[in-house]
This record gives sequence, C-alpha cells and structure tokens, in this order.
Amino acid sequence: MQIYLPIAEMTVNALLILGMGGIVGFLSGLFGVGGGFLMTPLLIFIGVPPAVAVGTQANQLVAASVSGVLAHWRRGNVDVKLGFVMLCGSTVGTVAGVWLFGVFQRLGQIDLVIGLSYVLFLGVIALLMLSESVNALLRRRRPGASRGKLHKHNILHGLPLKTRFHKSRLYISALLPLGIGFAGGLLVAIMGIGGGFLLVPAMIYVLGMPSSTVAGTSLFQIIFTTAIATFLQAYQNHTVDVMLALLLLAGGVIGAQFGSRASGRLRGEQARALLAILVLAVCVKLAADLVIRPVALYSVTALPG
Amino acid sequence: MGRPSATQLRATRLRATRPLAALFGLLALALIGGDTRAQGLVADLSDHLIAISTAFTGREVVLFGALDGPGEVAVVVMGPEESMVVRRKDRTLGLWVNAASMEFTRVPSYYAVATSVPLDRLADATTLARHRIGLGNLRLDPADPADAGTDNYVEFRDALIRTKQTEGLYSAGGEGSDTNAIARLGPQLFRTNIYFPANVPTGQYTVSVFLFREGQMVSAQTTPLFVNKIGVGARVFTFAQTQAAAYGGIAILMAVAAGWLAGVVFRRT
Repeated sequence: MQIYLPIAEMTVNALLILGMGGIVGFLSGLFGVGGGFLMTPLLIFIGVPPAVAVGTQANQLVAASVSGVLAHWRRGNVDVKLGFVMLCGSTVGTVAGVWLFGVFQRLGQIDLVIGLSYVLFLGVIALLMLSESVNALLRRRRPGASRGKLHKHNILHGLPLKTRFHKSRLYISALLPLGIGFAGGLLVAIMGIGGGFLLVPAMIYVLGMPSSTVAGTSLFQIIFTTAIATFLQAYQNHTVDVMLALLLLAGGVIGAQFGSRASGRLRGEQARALLAILVLAVCVKLAADLVIRPVALYSVTALPG
Repeated sequence: MGRPSATQLRATRLRATRPLAALFGLLALALIGGDTRAQGLVADLSDHLIAISTAFTGREVVLFGALDGPGEVAVVVMGPEESMVVRRKDRTLGLWVNAASMEFTRVPSYYAVATSVPLDRLADATTLARHRIGLGNLRLDPADPADAGTDNYVEFRDALIRTKQTEGLYSAGGEGSDTNAIARLGPQLFRTNIYFPANVPTGQYTVSVFLFREGQMVSAQTTPLFVNKIGVGARVFTFAQTQAAAYGGIAILMAVAAGWLAGVVFRRT
C-alpha cells in the first residue's frame, strides 16, 4: 500500500512504516527508552530527508511516551518532582540544540555532527551498561560473592541546592537532574531522539535512582521535551510530516503496550544487557558508515530562496 | 484503483479514446496546415496537469505531434529552477567528511530530453547548446563566475547531473546516453513518453518541441505543464507552510491523543 507523504515529498509503503513503528515501539516499551535512536537512522535509511526524519520523529515520540508513561503511572512509577526539575534543563537544551542544528546545517556538516554524536554517545553508554549488567549477572550466578557498597559517596554529592525526591528516595543536588535534562534536550534537537538511552543510564548511575522509577520518570520528561522539539521543528523548519508521524505512532503506540508488559518478565540487569547490545549494534553500524568509503561521494542539496 | 503502469499504458494506448482523439485531431491539423503558432509542427500532451494525490507513485505523460513535411524532432522538458549546492566527501582523520563544495544557480529541478535521431545528426553543437538539447548541453551556471570552466567545475557539474539522474529527475536515455528516443509513427506523426517520478518537484514546467530540417531549426513550440499537489496532501502542505504554529500544535495534540487512546484501550484487554 503506497502513500504519498506531503512534507517529506516522497511515496512510501504504509505497511513498512507501520511495521517499523511497531517493532521500535515494542523495544521502547520494553526498555523505557523512546526508540528514536533506532527510528531516526531507519527513516534516513529508507530515504526520508534527515531533517524531516528528525522533526517527525520528535512528533512520534510524543505519542510513544504518553502511551508508555500511562502503564508506569498506574503502577506509581513516575517521580513527577524529579521529572519537572529535569524538564527545566531540557527546555533550555532543546532551544539551544535547534539553534546548533541550524548552524551546522548551514556549514554542511550536520550529517557528520549527527553521525559522530551517535557513535560517541551510543558507544560509551553501551559499554558502560554492558560491563555493569554483565557484572551483575555474574554476581547472581555466584551467590557467595560480595555485593559491594550500596551507596558510594563522590564529588557529585557535594554540589549545592540539595533537594529531597521522596518517590525515588533520593537526597541530591537539583543541579544534577537539571544538567541531565539539559543534555537530553540537546540530543532531542540534534539527533532526533527522545534521549532515553542517555537519560536512563544517567539517572541510574549519576543520580542513583532505583530502577523502578527510572523508566516512568524519563518517559514523563520526554513527553514535554519532544513536544517542545516538535513545535520548534514545525514552526521554524517545516520538517514535521503528520502523515508519516500518524503511521509511525499507530504502529508505535501498539508496540509500546506489548513492550511495557513484556518488561515485567525481564529482570533489570537482563533488560539492560539486551538494551546495551542493541545500542552497540547501532553504534557499530553508524561508525562503519563514517569510516568506510561511501558509495555516493557527492551530495546535492537545494538552497532556500 | 491503481494507476496503470508504463507498460500497461503502452499496451492500451491504441484503445484509449483520449490520446487517439488527440492524435486524429493533430493529424487533421497537420494535413490542412491549421496551426498558425508554429509553422510545420503541432504537438500536444496527453495531460497538462500532474496531480500529486495521496496515492501518487509517479506518472507518465504522452507527447503527440505531427509535421507537415520531412524533418526531425527534439523535445525538452524543464522544471522550475532553483539554486543547489554540491558537496564532496573527502577522507579526513579516517572519516569521510563533506569538504569541497560548489554552488550552482538556476538549476532546472527536472530535465528530460528526447530526439528522433542521434544528436550529431540533428544539428550542429552551437544550435543544440543554445536550445539545451541533450544532457551535455544543459546549462548549469556556478554561483561564483570564477569557477566557470575550471576542472573543479566540470567535476562538480558532472556530479550534479549524475545525482539528479540517480534521483530520476534528469532523464536522457540510459547510461552514457545524451537523449531519449522519439518514436516515429510513419513519416509525419511522432510520440514520446515523459516520465515524472514520485519525487517530482511541484511548479510550472515548460515542454519545448523543436523541428529541424537539414540541421536548421525551422520551428518551435512551447507548452506549459503543471505539477501540483491536490487533495489532503496539498491541504496539509499548505497548512504546514502558512500556519506553522497551529500545525505544530495540532501535531502535538494528535500525538498525545493517540498515545492516551492506546493506553486506555490496552488497559481493558
């Protein structure tokens, strides 16, 4: 079933887009990440212009996050206070990111910036998560081994503006979630992702949040960040294709429901190990694209005006 | 119902009433010499409007024509012009990065050419270049006049043409060819198919038909062709351009509603 996308100005197979939305939605529900880091490269791969892929993906992520957060909300796994502090940071980050996107676009280097950001962030995070979850799985196999200290003190605990977050049983500096939110906002604008793959590990390892509230709280925060990004992309760049977004989110919201149910059957460290492998695979693919001689050395872009 | 494919279109063309009527009309005109605009030549398209609807997957338009005597024909179709930048990736620190670039002005967004005989038998190089007949005669001006004629210019110009050909927007026969073929249906009638792919840019196109006799251009006719978006797609596009803030707001509301709906529906099952 072929369908014409009015903003992307191309014809796609509607079933292919629905299927892509469904699979990525399932993973998003399973791991509590938006899935943008998979969907944006997939959309570009099937020929959607990168700018439209990034803008439309932000729109799709709003729906995926709303649908995903409902399941966590009912189980009481959303820390609203912490989410709002992160949101303040991510709003500033999104606006800064959209500005940076425009600067690199004019320089003709936005593809390189997107590629390098993906490789760098995905690579570091995948390796961190993988080593941590492999250690955890090994410890489980050897019940006699020591668990190590429950709570480590480091320089991050010395920051000012200490705030208590009851739901997550944390007493930390508000600057930490604010900074994590800012980084997440930058990524939404530049990489067309919700930022969940960065936020989830950061909330676990930097904030020390219990894994029960991590997925719900990051999704809660991502709803607002992606909504702001959608508005800015539609308003400034005209790069949000509602037709494409509708297809993606129809598949995505259904997939996310199944995913968040399946997540109940996975242990935390198992889920993290699987997510780490997935993130690593995308990272390797994108790194290869940067290093291997491209088939098309030349690219042609229309100039506005 | 799906649009007929190019092959189906060819197979059924003799049974189709509209092109046939057009053909007879043209034949009659040619025989009585009724056309006053272009002496010795009449031509028309099977359609003057390509409507991009939600189910658009590309479209073929048939150009019919008749001559009042001997001669050879060339057809040039050009889309709206735009400025384009061509970038070349070079290896820097092990990574393939956009390095050198060149800007071109007034690049036709679409270009198709067809001739009834090979270019060298049609006319001399100057005449062909003047009327931009043949892929090699396409005029592509660099934005910086200092670039014109340099080795660099040739490299980027060729890359631009190759890329447009890959996208299906420049059509001049197969690989290494400079022009498509025009079929002759007897000594006086001719026809050629012009294909517009799904990614065809919108706007006003010009279709020029030239008549050559013994290497001299004796007649020319220009017809407009419009490529427009229609239906839901067109309304969405216009709304997104003119009411960008409202469009963004609606996109967000739609996403929130869809996400919430899915959450509620799946709670019960």
